[in-house]
Amino acid sequence: MADLSLAKPANPSEPRGPSLLSMLWRDKLAFISAVVLILIVLFALFGPWLLGDMAIKQNLRGRNLPPFSLDRGWQFFLGGDSLGRPMLARLVVAAHSTILIAAGTVFSALLVGAGLGLVAGYMGKTTSQVIMRLADVIMSFPSLLIAVVVLYVLGPSIPNMILVLAITRIPIYLRTTRAEVLEVRERMFVQAAIVMGANHGRIIVRHILPVVAPTLVTIATLDFAFVMLAESSLSFLGIGVQPPEITWGLMVAQGRPYLNTAWWLAFWPGLMIVITALSLNLLSNWMRVALDPAQRWRLESRKTKNV
Amino acid sequence: MSEPLLTVKNLSVDFHTARGTVHAVRNVSWSVSRGETLAILGESGSGKSVSANAVMNLLDTPPAEIVSGEILYEGEDLLRVSYEKHRALNGKKIAMIFQDPLGHLNPVYTVGWQIMEMMTAHGRPSDLARTRALELIARVGLPDPEAAMRKYPHQFSGGQRQRLMIAMALMLKPDILIADEPTTALDVTIQAEVLALLKELQAETGMALVLITHDLGVVAEIADRVVVMNKGEIVETGTARDVYHAPQHAYTQKLIAAAPGKGEIRQLDGAAPLLLEAKNLCKSYGKFTALRDVSLTLARGQSLAVVGESGSGKSTLARTILRLEQADSGQALWKGRDLIAMNARDLLECRREIQMVFQDPTQSLNPRMSVYQLIAEGWDIHKLMPDKSKRRARVLELLEQVGLSPEHADRYPHQFSGGQRQRIAIARALALEPELIICDEAVSALDVSIQAQVIALLDGLRQRLGISFLFIAHDLGVVRDFADTVIVMKAGEIVERGPTAEIFEAPQHDYTQRLLAANLDPDPDVQAARRAALTHG
Repeated sequence: MADLSLAKPANPSEPRGPSLLSMLWRDKLAFISAVVLILIVLFALFGPWLLGDMAIKQNLRGRNLPPFSLDRGWQFFLGGDSLGRPMLARLVVAAHSTILIAAGTVFSALLVGAGLGLVAGYMGKTTSQVIMRLADVIMSFPSLLIAVVVLYVLGPSIPNMILVLAITRIPIYLRTTRAEVLEVRERMFVQAAIVMGANHGRIIVRHILPVVAPTLVTIATLDFAFVMLAESSLSFLGIGVQPPEITWGLMVAQGRPYLNTAWWLAFWPGLMIVITALSLNLLSNWMRVALDPAQRWRLESRKTKNV
Repeated sequence: MSEPLLTVKNLSVDFHTARGTVHAVRNVSWSVSRGETLAILGESGSGKSVSANAVMNLLDTPPAEIVSGEILYEGEDLLRVSYEKHRALNGKKIAMIFQDPLGHLNPVYTVGWQIMEMMTAHGRPSDLARTRALELIARVGLPDPEAAMRKYPHQFSGGQRQRLMIAMALMLKPDILIADEPTTALDVTIQAEVLALLKELQAETGMALVLITHDLGVVAEIADRVVVMNKGEIVETGTARDVYHAPQHAYTQKLIAAAPGKGEIRQLDGAAPLLLEAKNLCKSYGKFTALRDVSLTLARGQSLAVVGESGSGKSTLARTILRLEQADSGQALWKGRDLIAMNARDLLECRREIQMVFQDPTQSLNPRMSVYQLIAEGWDIHKLMPDKSKRRARVLELLEQVGLSPEHADRYPHQFSGGQRQRIAIARALALEPELIICDEAVSALDVSIQAQVIALLDGLRQRLGISFLFIAHDLGVVRDFADTVIVMKAGEIVERGPTAEIFEAPQHDYTQRLLAANLDPDPDVQAARRAALTHG
């Protein structure tokens, strides 16, 4: 049925797409996600500065205070934790470390993994073999075990956690990138670039990376939620984030004993993780479409609904 | 003429796409009788497959919607019978074969099992299916049917797979066989064999054959009647002879005029300085020899065609000259300097002078780059035209040169048709002001009328700019129109070379003769005469 694809009108009206912002507005879900994410980033940046003191002030009379009441002030609207600290303030403050660890981990794993993957996919067999076997070594260790050992040796701190978590996530990016590169490098337009005389760097950056990038972005957003939870299990074991510093993952872990009596202790931070992960996914989905010239029209046409 | 077996009446089908409704076919009517061959001729996007797919209930609804019409078979309207009833008819009474037999054979089952399934799926006992399958595999001309039954699809060549598909289609002795571009993916000599086979089988069984094709040669060879489609409408119907010799509609006239291989053969004019000389190039992959002692010469401003069937090594030849593959031995002298042994820096300089246009422009243009970026990329690579303001003007000039318009510069490849994309690829090659352009099957993916335009464009460039061409093709008609000299390759070796006129009018080697004989002429009379000569001679 090759005929049908060609039967479409060959020249859509606008040669140049509209701005990114108007394309974002076109996809309402992605727009909401972007707003939510900006809000969370603002929390992360200014939260500790604005609400830092409030979040650590204990009030034993307000222990496990139920949510949705304004009797003790707005900060207790989402309830109080087991030491009577306001949940709302703690959630905002916890955004800082959570986002720092998750973003730091995902970003460095993406950078290293994609970089090595591009090299492994593009270069000869020997280089590829060395890199891939290294990845196998990392993958064959239980990731929690490496984390425990490394953090025990180096001592628990946020940079060390980023390091440890990033190392365990690298193989995922590496393998995906390599697999895609192996396929893309055989495509005709890469051959065309070679014939034109393009050097390796140009071929990788201009011709291969843009094709591989959408897949990587999608994995990265999925990974974001995974890292938040992995961080919480490390914190739960006592080798992750150390109180009084808090993260959403740690809050979930701390709220676990109270699930029967005070569900809100674990629920709100859990909800934050879900919202962040969901927003990232929706936004990355939009980005995949917006960055692909062949799909972009979906965000351009006036009448169509969200796709 | 006898009562028609299958009749399509006033069929209209719409496709509801995200970009709006496309009228795929409008008011299409045709019919086919027992023992008759009907060809549906059209270019891509003409809707030629849609009505056949409607007959087979292969249209997905949605996005497709059958707006009006009826398809009558044995007094019943196939558009209104139940799904179960339709399924019982498909394969049993009406069978279909497709362009790409590999895509339609399941790679994890033996072909024998798949052929037998045709019968067992319709509730016949398997021992009966087995006898019939053996009989048919022998009938379609495959050696050792017993062994063939136990093999997997990848163990057959393209032509053999198409024979297997035909055997499969004929298992239940259908009344009607619909063939959608059955020979498009095959080499000319194989194409001729498969068409001859279809014809024989039709004579034996008396089935009706509906052949969907874009190739006038195929129509001339096999069709009794032809339906010409353009943009979803039937523009002309008639016997194959009448339509070819006295086309009524402007579109048909254009289509017939565009068929390659009818113009004057060019004569070599004088001696020009030598540009490229390949000496004894050899290349093998493991035990398979792709090139064996291939030598050629190409002078400035001339075009050299390399013809051969798939697997003859003609693409490998281009790739070794371009250093996309490393030759095992031999030389490729470009203005006296050996490309094969050249270091990277010198090679970069030569890469500017030698450009390539690939077969499939959909794949050879990076989908994420705009036309401007695609054309300007070469200047970045070779650090030419540092003045960015002049680049835009030059890109627009190039677009105009290849027959596109300036506003196309900011669009992306997917917004163009196949022919337009190939023009972009040509503009990209021209941007570096090359002295040689290597065209690897550059027009074979295009429709006939567009093919003619692209060939005319290339020929104009050759005359105006003095660019040489190394033209790799399997379509002899195109070669005849475009080349000064021709090289014929078979199994990695050059079997014959010479000026175009000599090769076409007095071929010496027996492979060249076979190749020319298998090449289908668009004129039904010529084909009939050839067939007669073949049977009597």
